[in-house]
Amino acid sequence: MNWKVNFLMRLDEEAIFVKSEPSNQFELWQIDDNHWQRFAELAAENKFRWAAGFAEQMDEQFYVHACFEKSGDYVLLRAAINVSKPEIPSQATVYAAANRSERHTHDMFGIEFLNHPDPRCWTRHKAWGKHDYPLRHEFPVQGSPAEITPPDMGYHFIQSHGVGVYEIPVGPVHAGIIEPGHFRFQAVGELILNLEERLGYIHKGTEKIAEGRTPEGLAKLAGRVSGDTCVSHAWAACMAMEQAANVEISKRAALIRGIFAERERIANHLGDIGAICNDVAFTFAFMQMMRLKELWCRTNYELFGHRFLMDKIIPSGVSVDVNEAASAFLLTEIQELRAELSQIMPALDLNSSLEDRLYTAGYLSPETAAHFGTLGFVGRASGQNFDVRRDAPYAPYDSVAVKVALEDQGDIASRFWVRYKEINASLKLIEQFIGQLNELPEGDLVADWKTPEVGSFGLGIVEGWRGEIISYVRFGENNTIARFYPRDPSQLNWEALEKAVLNNIVPDFPVCNKSFNCSYSGCDL
Amino acid sequence: MLNLFKKIFTTGVVTENYKTPYDEELERLGIEIKRRIDQKFSGSLAIRQVDAGSCNGCELEIHALNNPFYDVERFGIHFVASPRHADILLVTGVVSRHMQTALLRTYDATPNPKWVIAMGDCASCGGEFGISYASCGKVSNVIPVDMTIAGCPPSPLVLLKSLLALMEKQK
Repeated sequence: MNWKVNFLMRLDEEAIFVKSEPSNQFELWQIDDNHWQRFAELAAENKFRWAAGFAEQMDEQFYVHACFEKSGDYVLLRAAINVSKPEIPSQATVYAAANRSERHTHDMFGIEFLNHPDPRCWTRHKAWGKHDYPLRHEFPVQGSPAEITPPDMGYHFIQSHGVGVYEIPVGPVHAGIIEPGHFRFQAVGELILNLEERLGYIHKGTEKIAEGRTPEGLAKLAGRVSGDTCVSHAWAACMAMEQAANVEISKRAALIRGIFAERERIANHLGDIGAICNDVAFTFAFMQMMRLKELWCRTNYELFGHRFLMDKIIPSGVSVDVNEAASAFLLTEIQELRAELSQIMPALDLNSSLEDRLYTAGYLSPETAAHFGTLGFVGRASGQNFDVRRDAPYAPYDSVAVKVALEDQGDIASRFWVRYKEINASLKLIEQFIGQLNELPEGDLVADWKTPEVGSFGLGIVEGWRGEIISYVRFGENNTIARFYPRDPSQLNWEALEKAVLNNIVPDFPVCNKSFNCSYSGCDL
Repeated sequence: MLNLFKKIFTTGVVTENYKTPYDEELERLGIEIKRRIDQKFSGSLAIRQVDAGSCNGCELEIHALNNPFYDVERFGIHFVASPRHADILLVTGVVSRHMQTALLRTYDATPNPKWVIAMGDCASCGGEFGISYASCGKVSNVIPVDMTIAGCPPSPLVLLKSLLALMEKQK
């Protein structure tokens, strides 16, 4: 906590006055909007990580938020600006990670970020007008869309010139079974000179349609921010709602949430390890991993009723118990998975053709990873030693020792092996959670819900399988949601991918992309 | 290399047998067929998958169709890289307005005769997202749909049975 005192003194020297409101999991600091950029500069000097940015409207004011993290402590920075003159200095000049987030906020609220390095729109294509802002109160949920929304042809991609330089436009509809987005490559021969991503194709108005929902309704929606992360997103949203409502979930519910989140991590990592191998045409591993993933999902269905555990996390608890029989089954399954992996992984480790394709490809340096605030296994494969479960632990992770897998080679192989290490760590965590669960009586899954006061808010921060998820929820009247903003780790990792593919060959893009496996849906909202 | 072969042989064949479902089962599985595949196509279907605004849950289950348990290719069903090669568009998600033109163009690029399957609750009825400033809602609001599959997401088993039922020779 010492750094906060020192940093507040430093702000005082700069005549930046902070109105501070401490909370359980984070501190809220309100500053004057003029100091928004200067704060970022000082934060960068002090090695704060920029974690999330979003805005909201309350009557005639916009509140702009930025969330920072240092040594596992979170600070939610806030500034109020008037709706009639929505301007604030940009933090993207200091933090590259804030770039797309501020462009998103601009498209949704019409808040001008002064001196922003990239004034192009991001989330907005052509579904609403340049001077319409969907998240403002006066904008109706239905909007006034044209019968057929035209494609966005006016986006200015970076141009390149020179002998032999050519462009490859890819998407939005890709050649595989994959989400839509546009990639613009500039290449010479097979070498990638530059990659520019253009996302926002599956912007579904998630933030807008969250408004007015009940807590249960929001948990369902949060589970569909990114389907592969349904457990963790629902958890982050529920955690934020529970903070706002001052509800404490039972120890049993927390343990079950932990088990589900780790099962989700393992399922996705198994799939990704297989898919990375498939992208370099190593079918053996693909088929074996897909087989293991299928078995894992079937267990989810048989014991808990859903293959991905969707809608199992609900406000103030969980909707399904892990009873004694289920616990015993899960423990046996863990042993079986370990035995399977101990046969498969050595075969991959010794395979020279796999080595040839994965080592040194898609290199993301630790500096670049830090620059973009890269999260999760992508960050941890490039030396970013951060994991919410260990550094800002929440129940049930506060009762166990979380071992964080780390690699610093930064290539596809690193991201491959970090995933494998994380599977092993997660298996151990599930065993520990089940051990604790067996000492508790069955039942006691849902705590009593208390209607939160109007304006109360919470910030749910959990480690999803892709990395840190930050969800902001504020309540309005009658137990309804006034604002929901989920920050998926993909929003930061996408930018790092643009850098990781440089100087790779175009045919290696799919495997580079898969090794990041960013969510489009979680980014477009 | 020995490790690899040993694992292949000890794993064996895990592929499961599935029969074409009949009317009652179709209803139970939430499958609604509006128009069956032309007899000439049964036994060989080329599918182009289009995510028009899904949360990516449906994509995970489509991927699972290719795992060794379901092994969809043995039924003559395969996923192709271009709509030009496709008989079927398998559309997931609500149609986001930003994807509307892309979906229409994909539909136009698919040669006739063609069929459209709306997979999942979002695609077949709007699901959690519905119609808004950003979403056109269900797929049939944008292109004609021949079959809907309910579920959030539908399991690979339901998906496989849907495809088998679609290909069933007309009685």
